[in-house]
Amino acid sequence: MIDAPTPESADAASAASTPVLTVDGLTIGIGSRNNVKSIVKGISLALTPGRVQGLAGESGSGKTVTSLAMLGLLPSNAVVGGSIRLTDPEGGDTELVGMSHRQLNEIRGRRIAMIFQDPSSSLHPQLTVGVQLTDHVTRHLKLSKKQAREHAIGLLDRVRVPNPAEALGRYPHQFSGGQRQRIAIAIALACDPVVLLADEPTTALDVTVQAGILHLLRDLADERQLAVLLVTHDLGVMSAIADDIAVMRHGEIVESNVRHNIFANPQHAYTRELLSSLPGAEGFQEVSE
Amino acid sequence: MSELLEVSDLVIEYHGATVVRAVDEVSLTIAPGEVLALVGESGCGKSSLARAVVGMEKPRSGAVTYRDAEVPLLGVRRRKAQFTSIQMVFQDPNSSLNPRIRVGQQISEGIRAAVERGAEGSQPEEWLERVGLPTTMVSRYAHELSGGQRQRVAIARALAARPDLLVADEPISALDASSQASVADMMRKLALDAGAGLLFISHDLAIVRLIADRTVVMYRGKIVESGVSDLIWNDPVHPYTRALISAIPEPDGKGILPAAPAAEAPEEWRLTMPEALNRV
Amino acid sequence: MRKRWLKIPAAWITPLGVIGAVIAVAWVGIAFTARLWVPFDPLAQDLPRLQAPGIDTLMGTDALGRDIFSRLMTGAGVTIPLALMLVVMSLLVGTLIGAIAGYFGKWVDELLMRLTDLVMAFPTVILAMVVAAALGPSLFNAVIAAFVVSWPQYARMTRSIVLGLRTQNYVMAGRLMGFSPFKTLRVDIAPNVVGPILVLASLDVGTAILLLSGLSFLGLGAQPPTPEWGSMISAAIQNFDSWWIGLFPGLAILTVVMAFNFVGDSLRDIFDPTSQVSRAGARS
Repeated sequence: MIDAPTPESADAASAASTPVLTVDGLTIGIGSRNNVKSIVKGISLALTPGRVQGLAGESGSGKTVTSLAMLGLLPSNAVVGGSIRLTDPEGGDTELVGMSHRQLNEIRGRRIAMIFQDPSSSLHPQLTVGVQLTDHVTRHLKLSKKQAREHAIGLLDRVRVPNPAEALGRYPHQFSGGQRQRIAIAIALACDPVVLLADEPTTALDVTVQAGILHLLRDLADERQLAVLLVTHDLGVMSAIADDIAVMRHGEIVESNVRHNIFANPQHAYTRELLSSLPGAEGFQEVSE
Repeated sequence: MSELLEVSDLVIEYHGATVVRAVDEVSLTIAPGEVLALVGESGCGKSSLARAVVGMEKPRSGAVTYRDAEVPLLGVRRRKAQFTSIQMVFQDPNSSLNPRIRVGQQISEGIRAAVERGAEGSQPEEWLERVGLPTTMVSRYAHELSGGQRQRVAIARALAARPDLLVADEPISALDASSQASVADMMRKLALDAGAGLLFISHDLAIVRLIADRTVVMYRGKIVESGVSDLIWNDPVHPYTRALISAIPEPDGKGILPAAPAAEAPEEWRLTMPEALNRV
Repeated sequence: MRKRWLKIPAAWITPLGVIGAVIAVAWVGIAFTARLWVPFDPLAQDLPRLQAPGIDTLMGTDALGRDIFSRLMTGAGVTIPLALMLVVMSLLVGTLIGAIAGYFGKWVDELLMRLTDLVMAFPTVILAMVVAAALGPSLFNAVIAAFVVSWPQYARMTRSIVLGLRTQNYVMAGRLMGFSPFKTLRVDIAPNVVGPILVLASLDVGTAILLLSGLSFLGLGAQPPTPEWGSMISAAIQNFDSWWIGLFPGLAILTVVMAFNFVGDSLRDIFDPTSQVSRAGARS
């Protein structure tokens, strides 16, 4: 699929710098007609191939709602404004805000995939891993059964699930939490998406397992030129794999910069507060609630 | 004996389709005014151990001794006053408070327990102040508070009973990252002010390092390494402890991926290394 | 919490709930005052027999020349208070048994739950019939029969709620502080059982009325000449072409049962834990 970067692929590199998903002035309110509560207040973001965009913030800052909006998975009483534009290298521009459910279904899972905090709730408990992996593929990529199976084995092997051929016949509960998250990632990758949304992908995992998943996400972003949105409250995770970081608070992005600058030279007071609340040798202070 | 709490050769098993040994011959002690951290990943048995310490879990064998008396199982009967000086803070702040009773009244129940034991009385407002909440919260209900505030109230209620042993089972993991470290630090200070021993259970080594005098690392029901916190953090001996510490991503903005173990749960993590135990 | 009960948020007021509440309150009002204002003595047999509804007799008269409107209104005073009493009795006994079973567990739970299983294994009406037949037909015995079959559902529900609550952290916290079992039940458990049980009770009023009139219909409850709805319908069977004799008591039962069901349904929405979650979730 995607080869290692060579001198010839210079135009690929320039393509990589143009965003595939552009969020512009996104507003999200939730509530009934005359009582809409504003959750996201006009944020802008751009996801570029091969880069991991971090979205940091505390619970209630609107970061999860933002990622759900990109998949059109908001509750029916949500009011969305602004623009989310998918610039698919294969198929031109698409505006996701205001799109019908049917059209979104075409994009969801196929061009934009998502993984969640709790892999056991995103995997179907009653279906084998094989069925869950090939179901997507046969539907969207129109592969034969045999091709789909080989494709699935390849994916499981890529996410480093041991004995992939055998794993296809097993059920999610027969795997550890870390393996389940790897399987969820394999399913997300099944249709070769251009954007991967990862909402707290390692929060439910043990720290030693988390390290492995972080390696995997970083590698996938690099080798498949995936544009990754990483939503997390964990600044350690952020520091490990995010290239760019946006800090959200009360539905607004208060600061957005490349990783190094966020940590070394935070501009906004809230970013500084977040950083200083981390357990460090110098002691820590409290963030006002 | 100077120890406040002594756990000796504790074994806890769960009988389902198969017998799961959650805690496998664990021994530890806590002295008054000492903060002992119990760390390990999910399923290592640390929560079972914590529950056994307060009597919420029945040991298969072994003993939990508090002030030279065996801690009785928390059955249907009323707990004897001599054991109400063992208090617990739970992981989930949402279910820690009674939704239908005002915050102040719930703290008062803690105060009552202290008074019944012959300890000094106090006012709910004092405890709210101590955990950094406004005193006006006495008249609030749990659902009117944020998760962090609820956990502070739960801590205030436990402290109001004037415990001399406080068991905290993952008290900070449900909180926002920005308040985790400060709540942990507050718990240490308040427990020490009261001269109590604190058993602090967590999966977060980075925070434990800051508040615990001694640390116990558990893996699959067994203690693999224990001793002075700084020693364990700076110079881990056991392969599991090493993997655990090196897997923590450093929030330094350098983009360095933490070391991932080569395999899931390698055999060497299960080694018993006498030199890794009781390090001083 | 108490404050919120007094001030009912607009979202809780549903049209059906309001209609139900109005009808239910009207019927209860009629039940307690009917004897004071009905136009005829409900027992007097001095009107023309089988007279169709008209100006004098709004709902006509029955085969014995009694005014059906007067009998219907006073009949409310027979059935509704008994149904309410029945529900309160079942609620108290069932909740207590369920709470004890759920809280103490082990053999206590086993014993009490097998007892409720025993009762629940029989079809409600059949068992009530057996009890009523054994005790002899009378309205009071019908209430006892209905009580025997209706407490187990309260016991079941209370037990399952208490089982869930028993392991809640705040219950544990209370016990670590030396709460007695009674105090735990009173402070930590009872207040959280009240809501769902009230919903069940309000839905159950309708069922209780149906059950009592059903028993009377079968001749196992109210005895002549008591103006009871079920027995009035039963009497109508002998005069099939006089439609008014059975229709009006039937409508009375229909409206009162539906009214209490509407009230119960809207109470359920109010106490529904998921609606509470969504309200709490909107805050955080």
